[in-house]
This record gives sequence, structure tokens and C-alpha cells, in this order.
Amino acid sequence: MSIEPSIAAENRRAPWYRRLPVVSHFNKSVGLQRGMLVAGLVLTAVFLLTAIFAPLIAPYGFSQISAADGSFPAQEAPGGKHLMGTTVGGYDVFSRVVWGAQTAVLVIVVAVLMSIFIGVALGLVSGYIGGWLDRILVVIADAVYAFPSLLVAIVMAIVISGGRSSLWGGILAAAISITVVFIPQYFRVIRAETIRLKAEPFVESAKVVGASNIRIMSRHIFKNATRTLPLIFTLNASEAILTLAGLGFLGFGIEPTSAAEWGFDLNKALADTTSGIWWTGVFPGLAIVLTVLGLTLVGESINDLNDPRLRGRRAASAGKGGPDSTTAAQAAIAAEVSSS
Amino acid sequence: MTTLIEAPPTDADGLLPTKKKRSGGGLGQYILIRFFLIFPTILILVTMVFFLMRITGDPITAALGGRLPPEQLQERITAAGYDRPIFVQYFEYLGQLITGNFGTTLSDNRKVSEMLTTYGSATLELSINAVLVALLVGIPLGMVAAHRRDKAPDAVLRIFAILCYATPVFFAGMLLKLTFSVWLGWLPVAGRAKTSSELALTALQAPTGIYWVDAVRSGNMAALGDVMAHAVLPAVALGLLTAGIFLRLVRTNVIGTLGKDYVEAGRSRGVSEFRLVTKHAYKPALIPIITVMGLQIAVLLGGAVLTETTFEWKGLGFQLATYLTARDFVAVQGIVVLLAVIVALTNFIVDIVAALIDPRVRY
Repeated sequence: MSIEPSIAAENRRAPWYRRLPVVSHFNKSVGLQRGMLVAGLVLTAVFLLTAIFAPLIAPYGFSQISAADGSFPAQEAPGGKHLMGTTVGGYDVFSRVVWGAQTAVLVIVVAVLMSIFIGVALGLVSGYIGGWLDRILVVIADAVYAFPSLLVAIVMAIVISGGRSSLWGGILAAAISITVVFIPQYFRVIRAETIRLKAEPFVESAKVVGASNIRIMSRHIFKNATRTLPLIFTLNASEAILTLAGLGFLGFGIEPTSAAEWGFDLNKALADTTSGIWWTGVFPGLAIVLTVLGLTLVGESINDLNDPRLRGRRAASAGKGGPDSTTAAQAAIAAEVSSS
Repeated sequence: MTTLIEAPPTDADGLLPTKKKRSGGGLGQYILIRFFLIFPTILILVTMVFFLMRITGDPITAALGGRLPPEQLQERITAAGYDRPIFVQYFEYLGQLITGNFGTTLSDNRKVSEMLTTYGSATLELSINAVLVALLVGIPLGMVAAHRRDKAPDAVLRIFAILCYATPVFFAGMLLKLTFSVWLGWLPVAGRAKTSSELALTALQAPTGIYWVDAVRSGNMAALGDVMAHAVLPAVALGLLTAGIFLRLVRTNVIGTLGKDYVEAGRSRGVSEFRLVTKHAYKPALIPIITVMGLQIAVLLGGAVLTETTFEWKGLGFQLATYLTARDFVAVQGIVVLLAVIVALTNFIVDIVAALIDPRVRY
């Protein structure tokens, strides 16, 4: 069950830039599919650009409460000098939303890179070596996986920082908390792939010519097992934002003076809603929704355009081994991909 | 959606050889084996939470450090036994858990197990309401999307499903609150009921703690209306989170079954398209929903923590958030362990229900 040979052959002939993950998907897409991919890419690009150019875009600092002409008014409605109004503490909402993008990107990059690194390494070793090590790792990963991810993140946040902290401390704490939640996912995917690949003839031939276990794992299996990673990356990035916002909402965010964080701002805005002050909460909330929406649209589109294997597995595990649901889902996806 | 992709592999991946060998084993055997699998899961979680929380130091310093002079702090640590070797404490903690003693909170000196009975029912009520909303929204819309596949309604519903997932439950709650409570003034802002109805309900003999059940039992219609009004917004906020997942699941599965031979046979006999979708194609699509519901319990409980905080719904999640702010880690540990037990038990029940419905699940 791999990509259809015709598509694979096409890809091999195409120049390298047309084979890049997102570009090749774009070329494969048509109609609604392409619309969703483009919308996702635009939203994600806006998010990334905002994060990179935050110092230029934001009119004020994220913890600035006064300018040259005096302190900012508290809870001022949007308009005039403050595009999105000000909070009860006098922060400029627009600036904090912009700076929040930077915090979000930092956390996502650190978290996802760490979980890919650890998860892939553990998955390879566990799947390749097997035995009791594999059993133990699988049981632990399953236990962590079954548990509400937010609670795992809370426990980790307590362990790392005992609550909130400075910019880098806070970012690291949030990132590590999210990492712990995500490791089981990468672990699972890579382990399953490794077990499948272990039985392939090319691994056996590598063994016959005398390649070491480490070489087989790092060269032969790794390259074949990680094809699905770009997809998981996009999907996890969106979940990382939600987890970060959830942590911030429960007060495990980063202090407002060290960085801007959307979830934390929403927590503070909760008290404002009863008095009809909407701008302190709606704008950071919209930032979260649009960012997650963009990343999810990109991930979804890649998912739909990729080989049907991953979605097949998704339906299979959801249906707990009901063979019908797998084939049905795969047929549906195959039909969907070919028809759209 | 991510939540679906993460779905765990089936047990066929070599984790449970004992189960695999029993192909064709009886239902009783399956239930028994599945039941004993609960314990390692809980044990691992309890162990991890215990040791992780202790890495940072003892709970008393965390809660009261800086507020008490060092000698007094030390005195309290010794009194609580936190200066003993960690493994002694660990096994003592396990022993206490077996007898149902989850410890005593530091900030307000209450039994954690008592908290379960007081606030657990509130969380249960919220979860039930949310699942109802999710099913009522997700299943019909999923059928519509499957029926009008690749047409405009399908596109709109797919975007809606992604939006459901992309909106953090506390932001959804905040928007609902702003719209329906603050601007329109139709529904109450927060809480589970007005103080008067709360008093009326607690006066009831042997209250279940699930307010609408109590209100129905007491026949107090004013209280029932009040309780219902309070329950709407939190249920919708939390329910929409899962509704998107159900929608997509129903859509994919109904599309799958619509292509089956028996549906084609029905169509050739002149069964209407509406009846085909609602009667023939959707029933097989419900089986995966039941298993996914088990996985959603974790999502739901995580979401409940945030929803309860948003709506001041006094349940376990609300308490958890409160204790987190108070740095009362004994209470936090207690609630986390308790939720671990709930998750493990629900997954067990869901697996059994799935096995009852679909014999193929029993290995």
C-alpha cells in the first residue's frame, strides 16, 4: 500500500522544487481541495510573518502600558490610538496579539522538534529491537496517550517551572509539557512503520552484507519510516497552539511582563465579558482560531492528497480493527482523491 | 483531524499476545482480560504523576513556602511524613489509594475522595450534556455532508468541523457567553443554578448531585427550568468540540457504506435516497462512533477543566484550576489520579459495549 506507481514515477521525473512536500501537494490538488490548501497556506503565512516581524508590526511593546504622551487608558474600546483597545491593566491588545504570535511560534518549534527527535528515536529503537523494552515503552506510551493531554501538560508544567516564569523559562516549560504529550504519537507511528519495514527484504539484505544495527536503523529504516512526518508536524503544530493556550488559560502561561501569550490574555479577559467588554478576549481568541484553522487546513489537505494509507490507519484504529471500516474509509478516500 | 489520527493502534500490534491467541474466545473471557488490563494503566499513571510531582520538592514547601518561617515549615513537613525516603512514601500512597484514600488537600483541609462525590456529579452532568449536544449536532450533519458529498453543504460542513476543532473551548464559551448572556440576556452567565434552586435541590433526600435529575425527581419545575437554562451554554461549548469529530466520522463512514452492494440493492428496489442514508447506510457507521467516544472521554475531560473554569461550573475541573492557582499539589495529584481512574474505567466500558455490538472486536 504505497503511493500509486504512476504518481511516484511522475514525482521522480519532476524537478526537485516541484517535489517539495507542499508544492507537490498543491500541484496535485484541484477545486475545493486546492481552495482549502491555499486558504490554509495563506493563514499560516500570515501567522509566521506576524511572528517574524512582530517588532515592526506591533505599535507598542507587549508589556508597555504608557507612551511618550502618558499612560494608556484602561479598558478603552477599539479605535483611535489603540486599534483593538486596551486591557484592564492598560496593555495594548493589538500589540499583545502580534507579540503572541511570536511566543506561539517559538513554543511550537521547540516542542515539535523535541518530540520528533525523541519520539522518532524511541520508536525506531523500540520497533527494531523489540522484546521487553518494546513492551514497556508501548505500555507507558499508551498510558500517557489515553490520558487527557492537557492534564499531562499541567503536571509537566508544575514539574518544570512550578507554575509560571520568565520568557525562555516559560517557553521551555510549555514546550516540554507539550513534548511529553506528543512523544507517544510519534513513537507509535514510527514504531509501527519500523516493525513493518523490519521484515522487508532490503533490511535483510543490509544485514547480510554486514551493516550494523545502528546503520540499518539510521539509514535504511529511518528514511522510509519518516515519510509521514510532515503531515503529523502540521497537525501537531495546531494542537501545540491549543495546548499552550489551555495552559495559559489555566494560569500556567508566561508572565505578561515577560511575553505575550494568547491563552493567558483570554484568562484575564474572562472577567471582562460580564461587563460587555469584548475586545480583550475576542481578538486573542480569533488569533488562536485563525492560526489553528490555517495549520489544520494545510495538514488536512496534505492528508487528503497523500497516500491513503494514513487515513486508512486512522479509520482502522478508530474502528478498533473492524476490517470493514478500514477498507470503506480507504475506498472513500481513494474515490475522493480521484474524483476531486 | 488530529484527534482521530492519534487513535491508538489496535491490540493486534503484539502488545497483548494473550489476547491475540484467544481468537474466538468467549465474551466473558474478553471482559475479564480487558478488566485486568485497567490496573497496569492506572498504576503507570499514578506512578508517573507521583514521582513527577515529587521531583519539584514536597507539596508543603510548594504550597506554603515563603509564607511560613523555615522551622515551622520543617515541622509540618515532618508531621506529614514528607521527609521520609521517597519509596516509602510511594508505597504508602499506593496503599492509601487502594483503600480509597486520595489524601487531604493542603489549602482547605478537605478529603480528596470527598471532593469526588461533591464535584464529580457536576462534571458528570456536564459531560453527559456535552455528549448529547455532540451527538445531536454531529450525526445528522455528518449524514447531510455524506449525502451531499462534494457539493456546497459538504464543503461548508467540513469547514464547520475544522472550526469546531480549531476553537479552544474556553474561547467558544466566552463567545457564547458574550452573545447569549451579556448582549441578548437570554441565558445566565455562569454557575449551575440560582442559589434558590440550588438550596431547594440540596434539601432533597439523597440527592444525586446531577441537578436536572434532582429537579425532575422533586417535581420542582421552576428549578428544572433554571437548571436547564444554566446547562445550555457550557454543554454547547464543550459539545461542539466533539461534534466536529463525530461529524467527520459519520461522513466518512456513511460515504463508505453508501457504496456498498446492499445499499445499491436497496436503491435498485426504489428505496428513497433519504431512507437509504438515514436507515441503511448510517447504522454501520455508528460502531466506530462508540469506540471513538471512548477516546473522546479524555478530550472531554480535558475540555471540561477549561469549560468549568469558563462558566464557573463547580465540578472537578473547576476545583482543579482553583487548586492549581493555590499551588495545592496534593489536591492536584488527587484529582489527576482520580481522572486517570475515570478514563481507564470509561475506556473499559466502551470496549465492552463495542464488543457486545460487534463480535469482531473480541479477539
